[in-house]
Amino acid sequence: MTYDVTLQNITKTYEKGAIKAVKNVSLQIEKGELFGLIGPDGAGKTSIFRILTTLLLPDEGMANVNGLDVVSDYKEIRKRVGYMPGKFSLYQDLSVEENLKFFATLFDTTIEENYDIIKDIYVQIEPFKTRAAGQLSGGMKQKLALCCAMIHRPSVLFLDEPTTGVDSVSRKEFWNMLKKLKAQGITILVSTPYMDEATLCERIALIQEGEIMSVDTPQNIIDQYPMPLYKVKSDKMSLLLKDLRTLSYVTSAMSFGEFHHITFNSKTDESAQLLEDLKHHEKLECLPTRATVEDCFIHLMQNNVHAE
Amino acid sequence: MFRDPKTLLLLFGMPIAQILLFGFALTNEIKDSKIVVIDYAQDNASKNIIHKLSANPAFDLAESHFNAEQIENAFQKGTIKLAVIFPANFEHNLLHSSNSQIQIIADASDPNTASTLSNYASAIIQDYQLSQLQQQGMATTPLNIDTQIRMIYNPELKGATNYVPGVMALVLLLVSVLMTSVSIVREKELGTMEILLVSPVSPLMVIISKAIPYFALSIFNLTIILMLSYFLLELPIAGSLVLLYAASSLLILTGLALGLLISNSTDSQQTAMLISLMGMLIPTILFSGFMFPIENMPWPLQIISNVVPSKWYYIIVKDVMIKGLGFSSVWKEMLILTSMAIALLLISLKKYKIRLV
Repeated sequence: MTYDVTLQNITKTYEKGAIKAVKNVSLQIEKGELFGLIGPDGAGKTSIFRILTTLLLPDEGMANVNGLDVVSDYKEIRKRVGYMPGKFSLYQDLSVEENLKFFATLFDTTIEENYDIIKDIYVQIEPFKTRAAGQLSGGMKQKLALCCAMIHRPSVLFLDEPTTGVDSVSRKEFWNMLKKLKAQGITILVSTPYMDEATLCERIALIQEGEIMSVDTPQNIIDQYPMPLYKVKSDKMSLLLKDLRTLSYVTSAMSFGEFHHITFNSKTDESAQLLEDLKHHEKLECLPTRATVEDCFIHLMQNNVHAE
Repeated sequence: MFRDPKTLLLLFGMPIAQILLFGFALTNEIKDSKIVVIDYAQDNASKNIIHKLSANPAFDLAESHFNAEQIENAFQKGTIKLAVIFPANFEHNLLHSSNSQIQIIADASDPNTASTLSNYASAIIQDYQLSQLQQQGMATTPLNIDTQIRMIYNPELKGATNYVPGVMALVLLLVSVLMTSVSIVREKELGTMEILLVSPVSPLMVIISKAIPYFALSIFNLTIILMLSYFLLELPIAGSLVLLYAASSLLILTGLALGLLISNSTDSQQTAMLISLMGMLIPTILFSGFMFPIENMPWPLQIISNVVPSKWYYIIVKDVMIKGLGFSSVWKEMLILTSMAIALLLISLKKYKIRLV
């Protein structure tokens, strides 16, 4: 198996060691893989991206991109990778077309030369090509930024939270584009705080407070969820959550949109008991359900806290 | 406010620094101006006047036997501000034909100093004349000393000769420092620096491509200033235009390098702007010599003035534009500016951050 991106015991601190952003992280990402770094804000995702894109020096550990060391071969890496920072970082006063042209020139290429690679995405923003980049909608900005990051045919693409602040339709479109790019053999490392996007990656790493909690395919991570999960619903959801947490046989109760996800202390189904105990709630339902990545994340996170 | 030491320093440091500077160091007063006396007469009357001149604190007087060419040289080098020339037979003419002449030559490229100094000198001569009259009583025919004042380089005493070079120094330096520093910090602020760094573009390339437009802009600015001063203020350009542009290019380069240096150490456009303004505007006004004569400052400030690029530029522009001197007279200043520009460019290239933080 050839790895395109590897991290070995990477540690990164800020403020002279006072803030530990990345703690002893090791990861291997295969060539042509669509790999997701999943974690909340402040988990250390951006720091890892910046180390891999040679923008930051790690305090400890080694990292390779395309077999090149991120510290000593930084110049070569900068020629080969595509990077889309978390913050929209194009020239707002330049038009869509000018931005693309600028980045093509920056990498010593032309739009025509690599048009095939960005074509699918670019046609969607082409009608607005004379508009200033700052005037575009969030989704279009992301598409343009992706085009600019792709224009030099990078071998590895780093996308730091590309879907943050983008509407759900555009997010879906964006992931479809990533799948198409992956089909062209480009290794893609993408980070996101949205757990629902995790299943769209081939493999994911769950990261929390600078530490990797789990690395696997989304399916395996879900399958590893150790206990049966139930979803509960009533007409007074916030009161229900409070009540659920008072029940001695309920281990955890978390709000999950339409339902609350709960687990019981024992592996036995206590839902009958629960329906009885909470009968003052109207339209009460308690059904078994499948775990999501978010359930796994919370479970791992709580285990981590207990371990410490 | 107390959590922001920079603002604190600015608030309390500024008034202290200004009071000290303006109160003690920077003064428009004229004292100890270097003047030279050429006495062809060597008689009692001329000696008397010379004695009176040397007693005046405004003058630092030296006697010499300069010929016309040597006087011209001394003025070009700027070693003297004023020359007083007594013709031969000064007293003889005064006593016998009751009419004599004294010639005063002043360097009017600084019109304020020139007129003040020549006024002082003629007042002293008038004073002598009066005292002679009182001594001899009213009976004799009144003595008349005719003072001929010659303002060289700027016979009409135009103020423009003083401030046009000053404004040139100020505008060129300010624009190049401010624009460069702000433009690079803006890339940091907007985040575009992040993608610029993750690209094959070398630091040198970024710096050059930042510098070229502002260089062109500054040259354009210079042309406008020169045209305005030529057509509107009717200030002729005495020396070589090529030399003037060459010197200006050096100053602009120095400014661009300084701007780069500032942008490397700041993270917001506001700070960059503040540092550029404070760091360039004030020293240029104070230490380039166009507002306050550097010779009159205490020696520590005179030493500080040497590191201000605009001081050297101001000297060059005055020499070339007003006095019409050639490269041979300003090569030293040109050399200083060149080495400043090169040193600053090298430092800023070296300091250019190839990574974030």
